[in-house]
Amino acid sequence: MRKKARFPGIYLGIILALMYVPILLVIIYSFNESRINSVWSGFSLRWYRDLFRDKDMLEALINSLVLATVSSLSAAVIGTLAAVGMPRVKLRGKSVVEYISTLPIMIPEIILGMVFLVYFSLIRLPFGMITLTVAHTSFCIPYIYMLVKARLVGIDKSYAEAAKDLGANEWNVFWDITLPLILPAIASGVLLSFAMSLDDVVISVFVTGVNTNTLPIRIYTQLKTGVTPKVNALSTLMFAATLLIIMLSTWFGRKTTLSVKRRNT
Amino acid sequence: MDDTVILQLSQIHKSFGDVKVLDGIDLSVRKGEFITLLGPSGCGKTTTLRIIAGLERPDSGRVFIAGKDVTNEEPNRRNVNTVFQNYALFPHMTVEANIGYSLRLKRVDKETIKKTVSQALELVQLSGYEKRMPDELSGGQKQRVAIARAIVNQPAVLLLDEPLGALDLQLRRQMQVELKRLRARLGVTFVYITHDQEEALNMSDRIAVMRNGKFEQIGTPSDVYDRPKTSYVARFVGSANIVEGTVLESDGQRIAFRSQGAVCLVAARGARLSPGEAVRVAVRSEMVDLTPYASPELPYSGLDAAGGNPGDSQVGLQAVVKEKNFAGGVLQITVSLADGSELVASRHGIDSPLVPGDKVRVTWQPERAVLVDLEETP
Ligand SMILES: Nc1ncnc2c1ncn2[C@@H]1O[C@H](COP(=O)(O)OP(=O)(O)OP(=O)(O)O)[C@@H](O)[C@H]1O
Ligand SMILES: [Mg+2]
Repeated sequence: MRKKARFPGIYLGIILALMYVPILLVIIYSFNESRINSVWSGFSLRWYRDLFRDKDMLEALINSLVLATVSSLSAAVIGTLAAVGMPRVKLRGKSVVEYISTLPIMIPEIILGMVFLVYFSLIRLPFGMITLTVAHTSFCIPYIYMLVKARLVGIDKSYAEAAKDLGANEWNVFWDITLPLILPAIASGVLLSFAMSLDDVVISVFVTGVNTNTLPIRIYTQLKTGVTPKVNALSTLMFAATLLIIMLSTWFGRKTTLSVKRRNT
Repeated sequence: MDDTVILQLSQIHKSFGDVKVLDGIDLSVRKGEFITLLGPSGCGKTTTLRIIAGLERPDSGRVFIAGKDVTNEEPNRRNVNTVFQNYALFPHMTVEANIGYSLRLKRVDKETIKKTVSQALELVQLSGYEKRMPDELSGGQKQRVAIARAIVNQPAVLLLDEPLGALDLQLRRQMQVELKRLRARLGVTFVYITHDQEEALNMSDRIAVMRNGKFEQIGTPSDVYDRPKTSYVARFVGSANIVEGTVLESDGQRIAFRSQGAVCLVAARGARLSPGEAVRVAVRSEMVDLTPYASPELPYSGLDAAGGNPGDSQVGLQAVVKEKNFAGGVLQITVSLADGSELVASRHGIDSPLVPGDKVRVTWQPERAVLVDLEETP
């Protein structure tokens, strides 16, 4: 009896340990004096100092943030328009088009990367931030599309009909009814896209230019030349930033519903 | 109410795929009138309303509002507003924003909107609810907001799709009274849907009884209740019994007909029927008299001798009491007739001396019975 009751606790403990102990270790060792990861020789902020002196690393960080912001927002616009517009399209091969447009989720990244590389060379797009943005935007679109589409299905169509009945045209219906109701789906799509863009290595490696580094690429290349605990410091900062974003988005999410309420009065 | 026709439907046909939903609807509604579409589930009431609102296009036929052909106009270009079956209040807007939405679209200034909204809320007795969200309202309150939202624009015609369908009986009664009062104050034309015949009889100027995408009869409540044209209307509106038979003779006022070996009477009301013709007669349960069957059958000796009263033993169906039920303030006595079919008689009061198994004679006042399905009988 008692053993049985204890089992779920142990199970949960193992899972949590597997997931969070590594993160905890990284955070702890980012404050380690020593250059060697496995030896603790005292508290120090040395690696943080090093990190902020590393111009390349900072540039890569900024690149990554700009890239993630621009591509998740572009994907939000394109994916939302597609999801809202698709039901109105009366086309024979519509289901095929829909299927193909969500395919990138299932295609292995390495193949997507190859495809982008070939395509961009073919149309002679200069490799760098532009190609990165195009590639990231396009692999984020399906996620936004699917999330928004799922939300749209759940919205009673009588809202739009009631709005039209009260004098709204298609445009009013979109701005006043549809958009506010799908906003939560768009927001979570943007967050998801942002996170995916931020940690993408495989596709980015294929489509980046010689002089452009994103943060994951930079860290990855450092692996070959030997990792310093600087990477631990960076990881800790990013972990903190992610936590902050999640907290902000929860708070913001609550705030938007309230402000939507208020705006419409 | 004046005689201007505010809404007219002519020969509306509508199919969804292979299913024919509306089959030649003709309707003309006068300004200020309260007209009810009454019919069972799936007969096409909502579809008719949606065609008037412009949310659905008819396959053929025309819709006129205030004399203008609006058949091909979008809903936002029609001067009608709808109270939807499920209210359809915008979940992300406050009560105030919901009600003011149509005014906002018209670019009415904020102050006027605020004032109009609070007047509308007062009208539906919800003053002070401006800042509530729809999910913070009870069913009855949502209903009122939906009505306020639809009238704030002063539409030529107000369309209501079973507005009280989701409310409990008590609230429904109360809202019926309020709707009637509201309508008296606003003078708006109402096109109202219900499948509750009592509600229809209580509220309407005219009732259009619908069956399988057609109007079976359009008339005042007393037309459809007291003078149903068809057995369908008689059953649906008055829960009437239908008795079938063949004509024996007629003296111009009354018609005697034979049914299940017995003789029954019905007022002729101008119908010219000759002996041998098949007839169908509707008798509402409260019009049915049951008398204990004592003496043996006297032979029928012609209309002159037949009074049609319980005592006149020449007429009346023979029946056996089957069961008694007390419901809704009336006692319903079900009897079974010679051919096994059933007939219901109702009484006020809680019990009657009749017990199951009693033999009774079923009669009615001839002028209380109505000939129905006349055009169908050859
Ligand atoms: N969009 C649609 N597609 C296919 N069939 C439909 C559609 N709308 C209605 N129908 C069908 O048309 C018929 C009439 O529907 P309608 O909604 O007008 O009935 P109703 O009289 O309002 O019934 P209820 O009292 O249940 O609301 C039904 O058989 C319904 O299944
Ligand atoms: Mg309906």
